Amino acid sequence: MQMNMVSALNNALDIILKENDKALILGEDVGKDGGVFRVTEGLLEKYGENRVVDTPLAESGIIGTSIGMALSGLHPISEIQFAGFMFLGFSQLINHASRYRTRTRSNMSLPMVVRTPVSGGVRTLEHHSDSPETYYSHIGGLIVVEPSTPYDAKGLLIKASRMNDPVVFLEPTKLYRLFREEVPEEPYEVTIGKAKVVREGSKLSIVTYGTMVPVVKSVVEKKKLDAEIIDLRTINPIDEKTILESVSKTGRVAIVHEASLSFGVGAEIAARISEKALYKLNAPIVRVGGNSFPYPYPGYENFYVPNEKKISYALDKLLKG
Amino acid sequence: MISEAFNGSVKYLQIMNEEGEIDQTVMPQDISDSQILEMYKGMMLARAVDAKVLSLQRQGRAVTYAPLLGEEATQIGTAMAMRKQDIFVPAFRQHGVFIERGVPMDSLFLYWRGFEEGNVFPKELNAFPIIVPVATQMPHATGIAFAQRYLKKDSAVLVYVGDGGTSEGDFYEAINFAGVWKVPLITIIENNQWAISLPRNEQTMAKTLAQKAIAVGIDSIQVDGNDVLAVYKATKDAITNSSKGPMIIECVTYRMGLHTTSDDPTKYRTDIEVETWKKKDPIERVKKYLVKKGLWNDAREQQETEAISKLVDESVEKAERFKPDPRSMFSTVYSFMPQTLREEFDEAEANNFWQ
Repeated sequence: MQMNMVSALNNALDIILKENDKALILGEDVGKDGGVFRVTEGLLEKYGENRVVDTPLAESGIIGTSIGMALSGLHPISEIQFAGFMFLGFSQLINHASRYRTRTRSNMSLPMVVRTPVSGGVRTLEHHSDSPETYYSHIGGLIVVEPSTPYDAKGLLIKASRMNDPVVFLEPTKLYRLFREEVPEEPYEVTIGKAKVVREGSKLSIVTYGTMVPVVKSVVEKKKLDAEIIDLRTINPIDEKTILESVSKTGRVAIVHEASLSFGVGAEIAARISEKALYKLNAPIVRVGGNSFPYPYPGYENFYVPNEKKISYALDKLLKG
Repeated sequence: MISEAFNGSVKYLQIMNEEGEIDQTVMPQDISDSQILEMYKGMMLARAVDAKVLSLQRQGRAVTYAPLLGEEATQIGTAMAMRKQDIFVPAFRQHGVFIERGVPMDSLFLYWRGFEEGNVFPKELNAFPIIVPVATQMPHATGIAFAQRYLKKDSAVLVYVGDGGTSEGDFYEAINFAGVWKVPLITIIENNQWAISLPRNEQTMAKTLAQKAIAVGIDSIQVDGNDVLAVYKATKDAITNSSKGPMIIECVTYRMGLHTTSDDPTKYRTDIEVETWKKKDPIERVKKYLVKKGLWNDAREQQETEAISKLVDESVEKAERFKPDPRSMFSTVYSFMPQTLREEFDEAEANNFWQ
């Protein structure tokens, strides 16, 4: 069936609630309203208010109570309305979700998923366009997932809901309805911790994820580059193997993400390539990211988010290097 | 037009006063003298263990420790009121609750020696680990209470928080969610008057901490937190009514000792204040009652003290035999070990970084 990312996620949540009676959805406006992006639409009517819970407006409360539910045998799938608001629940994720398992030496565990829309490009107000993947990946203990296609979104969410770990599930707002693709209606899993080679190539590798995947693809097609494109899909734990294999083959690599350049996912990947595959490289590693300051107001966002021109410039530099 | 939009009040309960006298008008008929004796012993044990960990810390055999001295009635009274199926979620000073609920004492010593293994408790005790960031355990407790209702279990959840904790956002969010969801959450505010150096009257202009319940539309009571009978009765009542929704019990007590072993209270409070509270000691008043009734004497006190001392020493020895295995840090982060983590572990092990 043809689905966009919203309908694929909605379909995944339907499957999750159907197959696991301990799974429930909670968050602001997830019930009657069906979520501000309509990801949970129709689920309240189908599963009732015990399983699709409209909560008071409090992000720490949503994530904190999810932790308590997960500790007690439920599998909460909570929604935080926007990535910028999730920082109000940051303490719960960093102080507790990431370490509850290890602080009890695996005697307790946290089967839970926290979903939130991320990244910009859709002309929204301040705090609606943040790309927070690095924060959640740095601590360890949280799994951080970010799909770029409807197919992956569904398979990753189903997989996340079957794991006995806390998963931060980042959904690029810009890709919610950008395109449709064929998505099976039945349940399936996409492996967490495994990147996808979107396009094979031999002259350069481009490691990317989230909103930048379609932009990178477009640049590569327009420039007719013999480029290998890797969509990370899981940020943490990182699929180092797929990256190193590709880089060893092509000898050149660019890392492209929308999040701020400094201290970002690109820095982590560049460091790992430098440590393990430096002598396979024919040119210095190139990174492309948002500028190293907070995401601007929508009137300025087109200057901030890496566009085709900026990526094209970086790839030219890489190929000349 | 102006009219009264809301009018609320908070009740205060004391059953046994500082002289060990019982107010029969509020004394529950089902509390027997033998139960009072058990409460006394429970409080003695908590105080003895507390003193022991404090001395271990002073000898360099424990990490930073948060003493409970003075708060025994609040902890033992609430713990003894719990049924087997009830659940408790502590902050970081509730060692008395742990002990009374039957958590192995060597677990506590293991925690205070700095090992996560001290948080591994038998499942049937329904005990959650010590939580350090103030009030952040409260939303967990609300979620746990939600799960009890969802799973149709008849368990109440007791969560502990200090007077300082009531200023945190998580305190408000947790009680507010609990109110909206009508879940069986009982919040024990262990108001010991001091949040490190900040006194209770500078924490909030609210006259009582119990009245914070009014803001979220749930019930509350303030009790003499140094009166084990009042604490016990209020908790028992809250548990009995827990299927109807959440409840806050503010226990007015006093931190006789340090915030933690890194603290020096002489910098911020007077000896006169401490002496005033000494007269309200939670253990002494019960002792007066029991001695008067002929249920306790110096010989029994001596006997009990020796038994406790032996028990504590054995637990300490057991905890001190524990040898940490660095592998356990790596293998308990996720339900699986990611390749990147495995490499960090393998490198350390292969090259003896831990020797």
